[in-house]
Amino acid sequence: MRKTFLSQNPSVLIFIALLAIFTIAVTLLSEVTGVGLISTSFVKTLGKTLCLSLVAIAMDVVWGYCGILSLGHFAFFGIGGYAIGMWLMYARTEGIVMTSLASQPLPPTPAEISDAIGNQIFGVVGSSEFPLIWAFADNLFVQLLMVVLVPGALALVFGWLAFRSRVTGVYLSILTQAMTLALALYLFQNDSGLRGNNGLSGLQNIPGFEDSSQAKVSIAFFIASAFALGAAYIGFAWIVSGKMGSIVKGIRDNEARVRFLGYHVESYKLFIFTTTAIAAGIAGALYYPQAGIINPGEVAPIASIYLAVWVAIGGRGRLYGAVIGAVFVSLLSSWFTGGGAPNINLGFYTVQWTDWWLVLLGMSFVAVTLYFPKGIGGLFDYLVRKPS
Amino acid sequence: MSMLLEVNGVSVTFDGFRAINNLSINFAPTELRAIIGPNGAGKTTFMDIVTGKTKPDEGTVVWGERNISLLGMSESQIAREGIGRKFQKPTVFEAQTVRQNLAMALKTPRGPFSVLMHKKTKANGARIEAVAEQIGLADSLTRSAGELSHGQKQWLEIGMLLAQEPRLMLVDEPAAGMTPEEREKTTDILREAAKTRAVVVVEHDMEFVRRLNCKVTVLHEGSVLAEGSLDHVTSNQTVIDVYLGRSHA
Amino acid sequence: MLRLLSLAVSFWLLLSSIVYAQSLQDILQTHAAEVAKPSRSSVSVVLDDLVASGLPQALPFLEAWRDREIVRRESDGIFFRRLDSSGEVQLQDLDSGDRLAAGTQELQKVRPNGGVRRAIGDALVRFQLSDPDINKRRSAVDSIARSMDASQLGPLQASVAGEADADLKAVKQRLAGMLVATFGETPQDRIEAIKGLSGDLSVDTRAVLNTILAADPAVAKTLPEGANIAKVLTIGEDISVAEAYTRLVAAKLAPARVTKDAIRDALLTHMDGGRVGGVPVAELGTDEMRARAYDQLAQDGTVPVRVSDDAQAKAVAAHKFYLEYTENDAAITDAARLALNGIETSVALSQTVDLGLDALSLASIYFLAAIGLAITFGVMGVINMAHGEFIMMGAYTGYVVQQFVPDYTVSIIVALPLAFAITFAAGVAMERLVIRHLYHRPLETLLATFGISIALQQLAKNIFGTQARPLTSPEWLDGALVFNDVIAISYIRIAIFVLALLFLMVILFVLKRTRLGLEVRAVTQNPGMAASMGINPDRINMMTFGLGSGIAGIAGVAIGLYAKVTSEMGADYIVQSFMTVVVGGVGNVWGTLAGASLIGFLQKGIEWLNPSNTLAAQTYMILFIILFIQFRPKGIVALKGRAAAD
Repeated sequence: MRKTFLSQNPSVLIFIALLAIFTIAVTLLSEVTGVGLISTSFVKTLGKTLCLSLVAIAMDVVWGYCGILSLGHFAFFGIGGYAIGMWLMYARTEGIVMTSLASQPLPPTPAEISDAIGNQIFGVVGSSEFPLIWAFADNLFVQLLMVVLVPGALALVFGWLAFRSRVTGVYLSILTQAMTLALALYLFQNDSGLRGNNGLSGLQNIPGFEDSSQAKVSIAFFIASAFALGAAYIGFAWIVSGKMGSIVKGIRDNEARVRFLGYHVESYKLFIFTTTAIAAGIAGALYYPQAGIINPGEVAPIASIYLAVWVAIGGRGRLYGAVIGAVFVSLLSSWFTGGGAPNINLGFYTVQWTDWWLVLLGMSFVAVTLYFPKGIGGLFDYLVRKPS
Repeated sequence: MSMLLEVNGVSVTFDGFRAINNLSINFAPTELRAIIGPNGAGKTTFMDIVTGKTKPDEGTVVWGERNISLLGMSESQIAREGIGRKFQKPTVFEAQTVRQNLAMALKTPRGPFSVLMHKKTKANGARIEAVAEQIGLADSLTRSAGELSHGQKQWLEIGMLLAQEPRLMLVDEPAAGMTPEEREKTTDILREAAKTRAVVVVEHDMEFVRRLNCKVTVLHEGSVLAEGSLDHVTSNQTVIDVYLGRSHA
Repeated sequence: MLRLLSLAVSFWLLLSSIVYAQSLQDILQTHAAEVAKPSRSSVSVVLDDLVASGLPQALPFLEAWRDREIVRRESDGIFFRRLDSSGEVQLQDLDSGDRLAAGTQELQKVRPNGGVRRAIGDALVRFQLSDPDINKRRSAVDSIARSMDASQLGPLQASVAGEADADLKAVKQRLAGMLVATFGETPQDRIEAIKGLSGDLSVDTRAVLNTILAADPAVAKTLPEGANIAKVLTIGEDISVAEAYTRLVAAKLAPARVTKDAIRDALLTHMDGGRVGGVPVAELGTDEMRARAYDQLAQDGTVPVRVSDDAQAKAVAAHKFYLEYTENDAAITDAARLALNGIETSVALSQTVDLGLDALSLASIYFLAAIGLAITFGVMGVINMAHGEFIMMGAYTGYVVQQFVPDYTVSIIVALPLAFAITFAAGVAMERLVIRHLYHRPLETLLATFGISIALQQLAKNIFGTQARPLTSPEWLDGALVFNDVIAISYIRIAIFVLALLFLMVILFVLKRTRLGLEVRAVTQNPGMAASMGINPDRINMMTFGLGSGIAGIAGVAIGLYAKVTSEMGADYIVQSFMTVVVGGVGNVWGTLAGASLIGFLQKGIEWLNPSNTLAAQTYMILFIILFIQFRPKGIVALKGRAAAD
């Protein structure tokens, strides 16, 4: 089965091969092997870009293939980050607290430990109580499960509600945007139990690996991200090829027709919406330990719209297009906003790219929508003759 | 003989406009039926009701030997019960190949997980090829449906209906935009299909209906005006009035 | 010699006081003994004279006297105010205010005692309350209201009769009523005054009544006879066992609880070679083990015994916990309670009305923000993510106009049509250049307009900077329409409401009564048929989009007056605007009105339930909307029939 699937989709093989070569090359050139051509911070940037590519693939499946323009998939990404961030922050704080309590003459009681940890984590929002949602924060396994379950459950409930009442098209987009806004507003609250505005921080310090250098940790996460991206690429390519792909694309192009063929369209949409949400959550869980900090701003609706922008620029309806879009736009964006791009002196005015990058992005996005609806990925159609 | 579909006393109102008015109509398990009527007679709304797209305000729609009510079932459930529908405008999935279009319609389990685990089998392949043969698209299986001519798209959609293996086929204006040769072939396909199932054709074109050579039901203002052979109904004075203008009004 | 001179001077002063206008020093010298060594009984004569004189310099003197800053020069008995400036002692003439260095002169300090100082304070109040300057009188009344005191009652009541200003007189009477209610001499007076207060919704009145009703928690074995008890507390309902026990301990009716911290400290102090109370220190990592070790110590008598939970419960059960009014007279507290209840009912009623007005103005803002969107979305099926940026453009237009036209009224009159013109042009340009090419691809339109939105937002940031720009409303829009102490609505909000109403009428008129409206409706319902009737859908789409955008521009000016003008202000309204349109039902002006009302009232309602947290209110509102759309996917005012199904 897998064999025929791969042989029918050569682009998957090519992608996986390129990804493997890239991963090995980066690892060999990183500081871990002593070569050090690629700095640790750039390894982190690359690792994060891989995670963004992963969530972009998910977005492409749900939008490019299934036609649901979700403006909420970055929220699922954020939830994944929060779920793993809770454990990272708890476990690390626990370590620090235990060290400081160990120097005291009396061994600490469980309540004292919990109070001390709570104080450390929630002091910034004026509390030391552990909210209910932190009940399993000490358990890595449960939190890893949360990375999958919380975005999955949220997508399942939201999708079930929305799809069963036949909310489609722009209405659905607005509804997903509203959901994202509600989530962001909730997280902004101090009594959300997730440190409000402050978010979760210090996530780059992995408990149990305090002695390992950041160079090693970041390479480990980079490789993990590459594996996740590869696995998701194969998985989603498998889903969108074959009969499932036919039906999903059919729903995108003519939902009613698929329904009259006897398919329960809502179940298919729900399946796609939920699996992509889970993928987004996993991507987030890999991204934020590399970013080091997560705050509610990351979840805001605008982030999800940017996600759609990446996919559109990269070329939707083809998975590698989503990857190209995410890599291209996010790296370009950090090049422009990070001051890497040279300013243009017009004599009477100097164009500073830190100020003008968003204008350029916005306008080029309009241009892509108008003139290159297939995005960058569409260029491949000219290079490769489509196998029919 | 027992009926395949019994529609009884169905009415539906849109914003005060009575699109279907106390309509009763029955279909036998194997028959070819043409439904004709002027614009606004309720032909499309009737199909909407049977396929679950529109919920009637009153009346019953009973299906099959087990006398299941179709009201309250979703479109996809009704389709799985064995009612297939072809739309007025040809709606095939233009981005996909003819084979993929037919494969999607093929009578196989419809759940997402069985679809995900679906494997191509020889039997299914043969079935697709047989249907393609029937609709004259055997050479075009690998072509994209978007590249087909208008008539071929109509056939493909009929082919998708056939692949669904429904017990009742509702076909809305199958001959629209076809050349005379294409019409003839379409007639053949439909008459062939009606040997093993009920086929209901909604059509404006009297010539096409005549060629189908079947029982005709005339709809007017949401209810049945006349029923019988084409010659019988065309000699009916009220039908003539309806079609040739309401001279009394 | 000096004495002689002083005598001569005082004689001259005495003489001049008779012949000419009195000076302050004269009065003081007349009563020199009473001023220098004042007593409670004798000081009133001086004070009466001072108040009667009406001299403006008497006021600072009284303050200085009260604050013990008055000195008497030993040499001639003249009174001065003593000032310490930069380490040097200066003397200030009480009449002229001239300063002279104190040098080595012998000074006698005037030290009024507490009783005298209070009397001086009363006189001060009386002085100010009868001051010819109304502002001084007002500030005196305000200062009394700020810190009410029994002693102020007399002066206040005395000044009421002579008050010339009717408004201030009413304020004084009201204040006097509050003072009598609190400090009146007989219970009868107080009850009368309390009754007089009912019906007054002001915060001060409620504060006065609440002060009268102040109750302290108390505990006793049995309820004391004759105490004015506000409420007997039920354990477990009004007060937890732990809190009750803490009160018992505070009242010294029970032994103190041994807290966890106390146990820890006790264990630390009694550590003995790695063991405490027979338990190895390493095992003290749980509360049970610590308790066991502590109990052992207690048995040895080194620490107080722990009070068990049972014992605590028993002790609590054996006592009555209640709230006792600080006011002893039950008749007074009853009257106050009655008055307060009445007031609170009216306040609640007024608050509801006020909340309704708030909600109405919020709804107007949402309506203004959303109606342009409703037109483009409803008529053309085009979702314009840059709509918020059109609102922003309108607001910035207002700001720029104010830079050139300094008169705020004129500038607003100029800004409104100008904002319409600019955003109309921007909308038409966008329709021609972008949206026209994307009809029937709604998701692409959404994304393309989003691209325009981020570009416009960043452009505004580049031009105007990130900080908020002011859009000042004309003076006649300042202030608020006040109905009573609770119900008030600012004129800006009224103006926005009126503007929203105006818009509703104009749009209804355009759609229902003009050729353009007819054509727009025709295109909405059936574009193909409309085109075949000779209506140019291109032109209609262009006009519609321009109209929708232009309205956003005007809304921007209105919103800018009420909120801050920033490059992100559009983004703040866009989601709510979409919600308004979707909830109301697309393609219907009344639907938008209904949606705006629902969302406005809902948001205010939720904020009222949870006033401390507007973020939570917004969160819940959005969740409600998501659920609402489940049940009415087509909105409140839904189009029915086959046309709506496709």
